[in-house]
Amino acid sequence: MSSVDFPVEKFRFGMLLSDTRYRSTSLQVITFIFFVAGVFWLVDNTVKNLALLDKDVSFSFLWMRAGYDINQRLIPYTNDSTHATAALVGILNTLLVAFVGCILATIIGVFVGILRLSKNWIIAKLMSVYIEGFRNVPLLLWIVMVFALLTEFTPQPRAFKGENPDASMIIFESIAVTNRGTYLPNPQWGAGSIWLILVFLVSLLGIIIFRRYAKNIQKNTGRNLPVLWVSLGIFFVPTILFYFILGSPVTLEYPYLKGFNFKDGVHIRNSFIALTLALAFYTSAFIGEIVRSGIMAISKGQTEAAAALGMRPNKIMSLIILPQALRVIVPPMISQYLNLTKNSSLAIAVGYMDVRGTLGGITLNQTGREMESMVLLMGFYLTVSLLISSIINYFNRSFQLVGK
Amino acid sequence: MSKLAYVREKEIPQSAPPITEVGIIKWLRENLFSSWLNSILTVLSLYFIFILLKDFIPWAYGAHWTTGSIRECYDVNPDVACFSVLTARWKQLLFGFYPPEEYWRPTLTFFLLILSIIPILFTRFVRFFWFSLLYPGLAIWLLWGGSIWSVAIIYFGLGLGFLSFLIMDSRLIRSASISLLAACLITVLFFMFLASFSAEMLSSLIPIYLPYVESLKFGGFTLSLIVGVTGIVASFPLGIVLALGRQSDLPLVKMICVGFIEFIRGVPLITLLFVASVLLNYFLPPGSNFDIVLRVIIMVTLFSAAYMAEVIRGGLAGLPVGQHEASAALGLTYWQSQRLIIMPQALKISIPGIVNTFIGLFKDTTLVSIISLMDPVGLASLIRADTKWNGIYWELYIAVGLMFFIFCFGMSQYSQYLERKLKTDN
Amino acid sequence: MKKSILFGITAALGLSAGAVFADGHGSTLDVVKERGNLLCGVSTGSPGFSGVDDSGMNVGFDVDYCRALAAAIFNDPMAVSFVPLSSAVRFTALASGEVDILARNTTWTYSRDTDLKQTFLGVTYYDGQGFMVKKDLGVNSTLELDGATVCIQVGTTTELNLADYFKANNMSYEPVPTTDNAESKQQYLAGACDTYTTDASALHGTRINLENPDDHMVLPEIISKEPLGPLVRHGDDNWADIGRWVLNALVIAEEKGITSANIDSFADTADAEIHRLLGTGDDDILAMMNMPKDAMYNAIKATGNYGEIFERNLGASSGINIVRGVNNSWTNGGILYSPPFR
Repeated sequence: MSSVDFPVEKFRFGMLLSDTRYRSTSLQVITFIFFVAGVFWLVDNTVKNLALLDKDVSFSFLWMRAGYDINQRLIPYTNDSTHATAALVGILNTLLVAFVGCILATIIGVFVGILRLSKNWIIAKLMSVYIEGFRNVPLLLWIVMVFALLTEFTPQPRAFKGENPDASMIIFESIAVTNRGTYLPNPQWGAGSIWLILVFLVSLLGIIIFRRYAKNIQKNTGRNLPVLWVSLGIFFVPTILFYFILGSPVTLEYPYLKGFNFKDGVHIRNSFIALTLALAFYTSAFIGEIVRSGIMAISKGQTEAAAALGMRPNKIMSLIILPQALRVIVPPMISQYLNLTKNSSLAIAVGYMDVRGTLGGITLNQTGREMESMVLLMGFYLTVSLLISSIINYFNRSFQLVGK
Repeated sequence: MSKLAYVREKEIPQSAPPITEVGIIKWLRENLFSSWLNSILTVLSLYFIFILLKDFIPWAYGAHWTTGSIRECYDVNPDVACFSVLTARWKQLLFGFYPPEEYWRPTLTFFLLILSIIPILFTRFVRFFWFSLLYPGLAIWLLWGGSIWSVAIIYFGLGLGFLSFLIMDSRLIRSASISLLAACLITVLFFMFLASFSAEMLSSLIPIYLPYVESLKFGGFTLSLIVGVTGIVASFPLGIVLALGRQSDLPLVKMICVGFIEFIRGVPLITLLFVASVLLNYFLPPGSNFDIVLRVIIMVTLFSAAYMAEVIRGGLAGLPVGQHEASAALGLTYWQSQRLIIMPQALKISIPGIVNTFIGLFKDTTLVSIISLMDPVGLASLIRADTKWNGIYWELYIAVGLMFFIFCFGMSQYSQYLERKLKTDN
Repeated sequence: MKKSILFGITAALGLSAGAVFADGHGSTLDVVKERGNLLCGVSTGSPGFSGVDDSGMNVGFDVDYCRALAAAIFNDPMAVSFVPLSSAVRFTALASGEVDILARNTTWTYSRDTDLKQTFLGVTYYDGQGFMVKKDLGVNSTLELDGATVCIQVGTTTELNLADYFKANNMSYEPVPTTDNAESKQQYLAGACDTYTTDASALHGTRINLENPDDHMVLPEIISKEPLGPLVRHGDDNWADIGRWVLNALVIAEEKGITSANIDSFADTADAEIHRLLGTGDDDILAMMNMPKDAMYNAIKATGNYGEIFERNLGASSGINIVRGVNNSWTNGGILYSPPFR
């Protein structure tokens, strides 16, 4: 073996770009310079513009009196509260509509997705119309139309008045559906209700334990216990039993008409119902498609093999197909949740006071602090979306098939 | 011979299948009434359809089309639809406040758009690709008007840059990056010192121009299409860059790209539109003033670029690693392999995703009504504010919804067709 | 070396971008003249004040003020582009130079004048916040509205007034926020709210166009002062003067009986103020604010005096039928009173 001396290459300028040893660094330096220059340019412009307009950047407006009222508030708020509280009320309203919307969208979406694969021609076609209809018309239009439907086709509170009212409350005179919203009975937690809640929680625990037990039995002996019926039994029976034993500690406070509106009871406003429904319908069309393609992604052999083992069609669906399909379904479904949350910012179209309506709407407008409000608003949405995408990542890591 | 066997010597004439096994009855039985549950579902569905249509059909069928105001509709028959508002305002819904004598321009632009897409979608017509490249400039000139030379000069400048890059890369310098920088420099210098001068000179020598139409006049479906299509087309190159950047080995580049994509995808479009409407002017040099339509287009482009990047990244991820390795083994540089091997395949897989992004974006253009641009939804509120039509509700929203539906449904059917076609190819 | 080249390129790009788009922060009048048209911010649709007719033409009270201003500057009432602005973005649009003037039934308040850095040019319309109810509700005063559901447009001063008023009278209410007048009306008619509150002018305008106007009434109480007027950015006093005096000229013209029809008959009047106003005399006082001598003549000729604008857009002939009330010249018992044109 003879060693060869490589001539030591002298550093040339061109090597910064042509030599792979330096290229990555120099490219990054270039990018960095451009990036910093761009950011500097933007910030510099902003500072100059603010100076021209004689404005400053300050978040002190958040601690000033808001002065406006919000109809739906989950925390105490009056017009004497601060803008920060108003923003918080808005945030909670956004989260509420997003949460309820996601649950509803999932339920409807799964049904629609499965029914679209139904052998019943008319059902399958109806579901196609549902999906295509909601997917291909802008959400804003749906929100406005659902709201108009609720406003136009439900009775006003005044219709409940008089000897022969045009409208009446439904389900044992307990629920009033009006075009200002739906009034539900309000549960009153009397003495002893803590025990009732405790019993209920214990029975929930019981269900979990029973399910474990049933699974074990099935694993060891292959025998199937009637899980659903027993669970339902545990869910209802002890609680109802204790309800009577404790002497009905929880009573319902029924809404009743007084003055202009219904009093007492839980008031679910139409703006909330319309927004939630429209978001849920719209998103459920997408979820339906996700569910359908998830089910179709499971090869037919699975169904056939299960059928060959003698399983019944609904067992095949719940034990063979859906568990496998879930792996395909869940990640895009969670990103639909993210979309729903972001789309809830259209609340202003029906006058629902979400965070866009309070912080990014009235507060921005009354204080003229557009820069600060928008930064806070975007920060909120970013936080939510980062949280949701970290859930997706967690799911992907823990449930994906290994080794693929 | 045993006489036990009975052998039929004559074929029994074929009898008709049982009545439950043929024609419409068989179809009904199999598709609608195959079980108790199915029968119940069928009846319920039929009842549901009946309820939906019972009130809607008389309402829509007897509609007014020619009355002059909603008051006249009420006077004749208040229980049916008053589509007269569409008769009076359909031009506004389609073209916004575009000057009526210039309606042919957006119309022509739209048909040319369809023509320019053909070479991209059908490989058979790829030789007309030059038209697709030319189209954006042509569309800008047709829609906004002004002298054709200002658009032509921009094309000339870009062409000049591209040509100088090609020449330097293959003949003079033979280093892609340095030639790229030099070509950029040439282009910038051209635009700084020669462009406006030569555009003015050409305009005075050979004046070809259309009357100028300011963006404030844009509205209706024209506006939705302009914002949607420009957003998609302009975001395409940006999306490719972001997608490549996201997969890059350079941590800093990757960080910037991921940051940008996640930021844009993390906030609702409406907040970005608000930025366009109230904040963008703060970020630009003092005194500069884009009109709101341009600002919205810029924001929508950035928005869809992030989504486009994710679609293209999906396409890139769909390619087998072997393709990268094989092209590297052939000695192709990064850009060569991207240009010749990776991108053509990745983009082809991404087409359905791109179409879906476009449908989403097109629907989202209705949000511009919230920052008071006059898209069809914004126009609907404006029309409702007119004393003559104050009180119209369903008629406008149904019409606007139907127009969106036809457009988006057509596109989605097409993308599904493409998906099927691409699937069989593999 | 390398870095300096890069910096050079970056700087050049930045500069060129700046150079292409900058049109300077000089006098607004110069900018407008150079552009060749006026950019006027109006509302996205408010009956009588700003709207678009079937032929696509902008019409309304606020629109006509801008046309008068354009006529004064360019002698062409059509040299104006209308930028529809929602109440949420109007001030930013004005501050950022997207519009030259905002004529969007905006209430003149202390904080808007000072904190938002705007200059109000005067009052085109004295308004006040009122309430409309259905007659069969049996309510005759706002003080009987305790517990009512109230429809209200978001992003306006009416929201704050409403909160203050109900609080001062120790009453409760439930707000139903809506985005525009048409939406409020829809909600009110369907009974989703008991009462609709906004500027009384808009209430009268809305009521008269209902299917049965007699079933509805506007309650007598006016709970706030809402002086509506055009406004411009702080910092360009000459531009503010032009806007203010065009408005004053329209008011003076009504005082003096000058209309778009008879304006040419004042050439030999003995009234020196009319000569100064119309530029028919010897002294050219309009030059003091860099306007042509016949600027006010052109404005009045194009749109008519204040009374004509009012009648055309809000009066009986418009179908909205608002009575002049306080919005009448002081000579007719109103409070419109222009400083002398001297």
